[in-house]
Amino acid sequence: MATAVSSTPLVRVDRISKHFGEGETRVDALREVSIDVYPGQVVALLGPSGSGKTTLLNVIGCILDPSSGSMELDGEVVIENGRWLRSNLRQLRLDKIGFIFQFHNLIPFLDATDNVALVLQLAGADAAPARRRAVELLDYLEVGHRKSAMPAKLSGGEAQRVAIARALANRPRIILADEPTAALDSKRAGIVMDLLRKVAVEQEAAIIAVTHDEKIFDRFDHIFSLRDGRLDSEHDTSRAA
Amino acid sequence: MNLAYRDIRHNLFRFLLTCIGLGLLLGVVLAMIGIYRGLVVDALTIARAPAVDLWVVEANTRGPFAEASRIPGDIREAIARIAGVASAGSITYQTVETEHRGGKLRLYVIGYEPTRPGGPPEISEGRAIARSHYEMVADRSSGLVLGDRIGLGRNVFSVVGLTRHQVNSGGDPAVYITLRDAQKLQFDLAPPAARVQLARGTGGASRDTVNAVVARLQPNSSPDAVAETVRQWKHLAAITQEAQELILTRSLVDRARRQIGLFTSLLLVVSAVIIALIIYTMTMEKLRQIATLKLIGAPDRTIIGMIVQQAMALGLIGFAIGATLIVVIKDYFPRRVVLEPDNVIVLGLIVFTVCLVSSGLGVRAALRVDPATALGG
Ligand SMILES: Nc1ncnc2c1ncn2[C@@H]1O[C@H](COP(=O)(O)OP(=O)(O)OP(=O)(O)O)[C@@H](O)[C@H]1O
Ligand SMILES: [Mg+2]
Repeated sequence: MATAVSSTPLVRVDRISKHFGEGETRVDALREVSIDVYPGQVVALLGPSGSGKTTLLNVIGCILDPSSGSMELDGEVVIENGRWLRSNLRQLRLDKIGFIFQFHNLIPFLDATDNVALVLQLAGADAAPARRRAVELLDYLEVGHRKSAMPAKLSGGEAQRVAIARALANRPRIILADEPTAALDSKRAGIVMDLLRKVAVEQEAAIIAVTHDEKIFDRFDHIFSLRDGRLDSEHDTSRAA
Repeated sequence: MNLAYRDIRHNLFRFLLTCIGLGLLLGVVLAMIGIYRGLVVDALTIARAPAVDLWVVEANTRGPFAEASRIPGDIREAIARIAGVASAGSITYQTVETEHRGGKLRLYVIGYEPTRPGGPPEISEGRAIARSHYEMVADRSSGLVLGDRIGLGRNVFSVVGLTRHQVNSGGDPAVYITLRDAQKLQFDLAPPAARVQLARGTGGASRDTVNAVVARLQPNSSPDAVAETVRQWKHLAAITQEAQELILTRSLVDRARRQIGLFTSLLLVVSAVIIALIIYTMTMEKLRQIATLKLIGAPDRTIIGMIVQQAMALGLIGFAIGATLIVVIKDYFPRRVVLEPDNVIVLGLIVFTVCLVSSGLGVRAALRVDPATALGG
């Protein structure tokens, strides 16, 4: 049974296409892209600007309608032939997906702890336990000492770690990150990647990160290269293998 | 955690500033409503002061306020004898300008018979007129105080009592003197030629002329029936209290009332637009945060709640500031500002509705925002 579980992909993207506009202005952002990501994997989406990385991430994150194709998240078919099978996508995101933004996008009027506690409360936790768990998470990400700071007062690296704590708060099995290390120096970038790796292993999560950052290529198990909306190459760098 | 409150707390200074601005605006609206009501109340004050049921005036006039009316003073006895009339009194009204403490003072002089209907409704300080000559009950708004001596015509009157809020429809403060003194004053102030005629008793005029006779009726008699009886004297007209009040509000202050009414409505519309703009802008500024909230899975009701609660808080605090402001400063206005609870409640409801509608606009924008905008640079 154990092998059966781990051989089921957490994210299965099956011939997803997405185009914007029609006729003259039509842009094919994704053309029949298929990828599988398994629990415990940390994978990268790579490619030149405009190749469709963000578009793919948005489809996986259930914030963009694909034009065609199918998708399974955590064993549930959510898109079939370009149609959503689920109506409450926000609940799906709350339950299963954590986002880490390039620009951390913390809520500016909540302090670090409450930024994290908010998603726990949205998922139904009471205020006190939510704050307790939020502080634990901040400690885990080594920003516990900044727990009462407002986002405007945090450094880029601190803010990014708070944002990661927020993404991890509900123990999502799928974590999506768009250039999570772009705003960080290489040391901080390394720390963030180590963290994501730790989460992938400890929570059996799938982590999909868009990156341009060559310094951290070797930190990924798998690299999907996109070019003009097509999957150009797959590159297995898995250290486990 | 309450997102609306947390956002406000984070930008507290700015929020309060907005509330104060809105408060001032709503204060002006309330003041305008109060001035409007004050105008109507002032116009009715003098007609309500004697607390009577019937006004007997010169035939074919709508006196004594809207049109000039002069009738012989002895009519009063005849009126008092009509079945259903409990008591009657003669009254004169005239506007007099005099000097007081080196300044001009415009007074609305009411002459009445101290033992009969027509006197001041309530004396807030001092006493009623007790002697038949040269005593005066004055309204506070005239600036006169107890013991003041003031010249009217050829005589000097001393202020023995004070009333509150007794002004005529033009805002001139009322003073009460005895009918005899008032008639003497009318004679003194009449043009010299008329005075000579009056003194000789020629020209058909008599010195015993009054502007109106007011009558209180017995509890079960009908004002209309008594008015009908009075009208049988061809030289008299009778106006019920109800009709008199209608004349005052409909014709005497009608233009002023409509003018202020229209301005108040304009001001209301302007306030509504400003409130809507503030709330809409407040939401538009937060669109990116709202996109983030959506992305991390916040349900619509959380987002709607935040917008609506902030709009309500703004409206409520602004309204409270405006209402407090007006209650504090309303007595400093040169004319009466009357704020009835029902006006305040109606304005409150309007503000509430405007806040709700404009937060609806904000909510619409917020619900449309694409969560993906939170991801983009
Ligand atoms: N909302 C949209 N409407 C129209 N075209 C779009 C939209 N979003 C993306 N595109 C187009 O789709 C293509 C893929 O865009 P995408 O953002 O996925 O690229 P990317 O690989 O993330 O690039 P970058 O590295 O610059 O972030 C681009 O040509 C882009 O212009
Ligand atoms: Mg991108």
